[in-house]
Amino acid sequence: MIRTLPRSKAYSSGFKVFIGLYFAFLFAPLIVTMVLAFNDSMFPSLPWEGFTLDWFFGNGPRKYGIFNDRGNLRSIAMSFKVALAVTALSTVVGTFAAFLFEQEDFRFKGALYFLMIAPLVIPGVILGISILLFANSMGLLIERVFDVYVKVLGPGFWLVVTGQFSFITTIVALVVIARLRKFDRTLEEAAYNLGANRLQVLWYITLKYLRPAIFGGAAVAFLMSFENFNTTVFLVGSQATLPINLYLQVRDGSTPVINAISLLLIVGASVFAVLNLSSKRERN
Amino acid sequence: MTTNRKRRIKWGFVVFFTPVFLWLLLLIVLPQLELLRLSFVGTGGSGFTLRNYLAFFKEPIYWLTFVRTASYAILVTLIVIVVALPVSFYITKIARVRASGFLMVLLLVPFWVSELIRVYGWMILLRESGVINQLLVRIGLFRQPVEMLYNDVTMIMGLVYTSMLFMVIPVIGVMEGLDDALIEAAYDLGAKKLAIWRTIIIPYCMPGIISGSIIVFMLVLGSYLTPNLMGGKNSLWFTEQIYNQIIIYFNWNQGAAFGFLLLALSSLIIWAVLRLTGQSLKKVIK
Amino acid sequence: MQIALSVKNVTKRFGDFVAVDDVSLSVEDGKFFSILGPSGCGKTTLLRMIAGFYEQSGGTIELRGQDMTDVEPNKRPVNLVFQNLALFPMMNVYENIAFGLRRRGEKSPAIAKKVNGLLERVGLPGAGKKTIDQLSGGQRQRIAIARCLVLDPTVLLLDEPLGALDAKLREHMKVELKKLQAQVGTTFVYITHDQSEAMVMSDAVAVMNAGRFEQIGTPQELYHNPASSFVAQFVGNNNKLRAVMHKDERGGFFARYGNGMDFKVDGAFDLSGGDAYDLFVRPESLVINPVEAKQELNVMPAAVKAILFDGGNSRLLVTPDGFADELVVALPQTKQFDHIRAGDRVRIGWDASKSVCFKRADWKIYDDE
Repeated sequence: MIRTLPRSKAYSSGFKVFIGLYFAFLFAPLIVTMVLAFNDSMFPSLPWEGFTLDWFFGNGPRKYGIFNDRGNLRSIAMSFKVALAVTALSTVVGTFAAFLFEQEDFRFKGALYFLMIAPLVIPGVILGISILLFANSMGLLIERVFDVYVKVLGPGFWLVVTGQFSFITTIVALVVIARLRKFDRTLEEAAYNLGANRLQVLWYITLKYLRPAIFGGAAVAFLMSFENFNTTVFLVGSQATLPINLYLQVRDGSTPVINAISLLLIVGASVFAVLNLSSKRERN
Repeated sequence: MTTNRKRRIKWGFVVFFTPVFLWLLLLIVLPQLELLRLSFVGTGGSGFTLRNYLAFFKEPIYWLTFVRTASYAILVTLIVIVVALPVSFYITKIARVRASGFLMVLLLVPFWVSELIRVYGWMILLRESGVINQLLVRIGLFRQPVEMLYNDVTMIMGLVYTSMLFMVIPVIGVMEGLDDALIEAAYDLGAKKLAIWRTIIIPYCMPGIISGSIIVFMLVLGSYLTPNLMGGKNSLWFTEQIYNQIIIYFNWNQGAAFGFLLLALSSLIIWAVLRLTGQSLKKVIK
Repeated sequence: MQIALSVKNVTKRFGDFVAVDDVSLSVEDGKFFSILGPSGCGKTTLLRMIAGFYEQSGGTIELRGQDMTDVEPNKRPVNLVFQNLALFPMMNVYENIAFGLRRRGEKSPAIAKKVNGLLERVGLPGAGKKTIDQLSGGQRQRIAIARCLVLDPTVLLLDEPLGALDAKLREHMKVELKKLQAQVGTTFVYITHDQSEAMVMSDAVAVMNAGRFEQIGTPQELYHNPASSFVAQFVGNNNKLRAVMHKDERGGFFARYGNGMDFKVDGAFDLSGGDAYDLFVRPESLVINPVEAKQELNVMPAAVKAILFDGGNSRLLVTPDGFADELVVALPQTKQFDHIRAGDRVRIGWDASKSVCFKRADWKIYDDE
């Protein structure tokens, strides 16, 4: 049954086949996507027409590789900008939230904590439309009362950042809270006793202790922002982010340049996953 | 700091509290309330009306989509549980210790790849001109390519695929804590495999299964890409209805009503599951 | 001698609960002073008030004659060795010790000199590069103390720092700490619930119970002349016999045990508030088969229940005839009593001057933290 118990041959090999199939199921689409990024064909499908790097570096006239594809590059840049803004904001506010819920005591703390984890159980689509609608109503209200048009409240960069921030902050907060919970507060007292002031205690002791969690949370925030579709789709203005742009190409069909983009994203995500895991292991 | 010098504590509290409170108020509470308010407003901006909700019940396509979405989300969650349990069990209890660490890494990698790319991979594999069709025709199993995309079965498979890991991770988390000696003891006391699963393993893993189920259910219910790209013309998902109302018909009040219905449905089912299993949301989301 | 630490009528209230109740003490420069008491007696609260983590509700705390009431904990010339040591895990040994010096803004060469000097003094030269989890329990102990000593505090406070160590290492560290204190000459204020730690290391001990000091004195005074029933029970081992105090015709006193037997006692007692008394006699004051029946000796026949062999600390468990209580009797390993077996009958006796009596007071003594 388990490692230490005797098990029949059929049981063991049956289980092995099952796990093999499961991992094939898990990786088949990713591997096929990556392989076809090198296919010298106009369509992301078989037959294999030979190896090419054109979908990365090609510069026309028939094949434009990703590095020469203006439209996709622009959306990648947009996604980067959004992700950087979201990461910065949600890391700061998420860390504040962690301090608030772990180290402070106040009335209605339980209720506020419940609100904080709510974004995890609200579908992303709903977060997107509710923020779109709310921002629009606010914009109309401000226009009516003050007679000024607030551009920030219309679909576009800042609304996308706001929408993603609204739920990614929760994730950062939970990551930081998990580590802060294991923090021994006598360390703060000890530093204080040794002559550090409040800010020095925060900087040299508490934040230093939290650093791996804050970096980890920031990395997760970046990736989630970069890949988000459901919330973003309602909030983008004229300039689409990469997932939105990619979605249109996938839906309507495109050249294997999407495979090249996918390959880059898969490699990026894998490197990230391995780094994240190994740093977690180191911490333990 | 456990000093009772009040001044300092207050200062820290204000700094931490203000941004968090503003975030939750301005981006979570007020938008949801606005969503609720707008769902009771007519298209022309006229006063209170139930028209948006009545439209939902009058048009079978709306409520049928709603029911379909909910029941498929439950179905997907159940399938995911059935697949995730043996996978987690193999990794934590059967695979050699070295291999299990490697399998864990392998398991987590696709977790970080965006849903869109994973769905795209399936499209390349399954569509009429896709890899699987080409291979099967080549080896002579099929006489001509068959469209394997755009049907309910494929869509469900896609949803299982994209949400799988959110079940496997919490289940592995609790299963690692399951002492092997419990299984050995049950075995020693004469229990068969099925009895061990039923009486020891599944009850022990329940907290992980519950939190996994909530996340999977929520993700599937709110999914847009997978049903949209893999489902057929007849397998409309409720999020697509919302998208259509907001983006295509520009009928925000109708979209708000649909959004609120979806929110109510997901809250209701999550609440019911928590109630039935006696868990709390705080415990489930660690 | 200058007074390093002086605590005057200090009280600490948490709501209605009085954790520390009108406590006073003064410690001379260079002394090893212990506060001994069961958990929950208020000793940690007192220590935290001296360190500045709590504000006292009343009274004053002075260090070298300076009132500390409005001085923040990070500005006080006292340092605290925490119960769990609170070494910073994100820094190595060197950085831990240098932490306080850096906060004072000292220059790097001076810091290096002081840190390395202190590492040498605590017997860990060259350990600066090590991380905290590379250290053994005893080494951590020394680093935690070094981290405070490097700041040259007026008073070093220690909050049961040996509590987490295993028994063998604890014995060893007691001696180490005592030697270290003698060597550096810093004033130590040490709190513990372990009476043996307090007795072995201290120049003076304050026994604390329920927020008050029961007695302050040298370990010898506490052991031989306990001032209260609590001290008699808490410091060292003691046999306790519940008795009723009587005054005889000539004005002397005797204690009557439950079985009607009368014990001779020394001294005068106040019977106005009731005559229920406890009589305490230490195991080593009990003599097995006393040679002659002196006038001052209480002698009685007893049955041996068990022999508790423990080397130099061996004891007999006996029940005198007609007694409900068992008595613990020291069993000297001098071959003289080797013939005694469980079930044997012996006579035991004690000199009236070796026993003490106090009005009955029942304390619940927790030995585990």
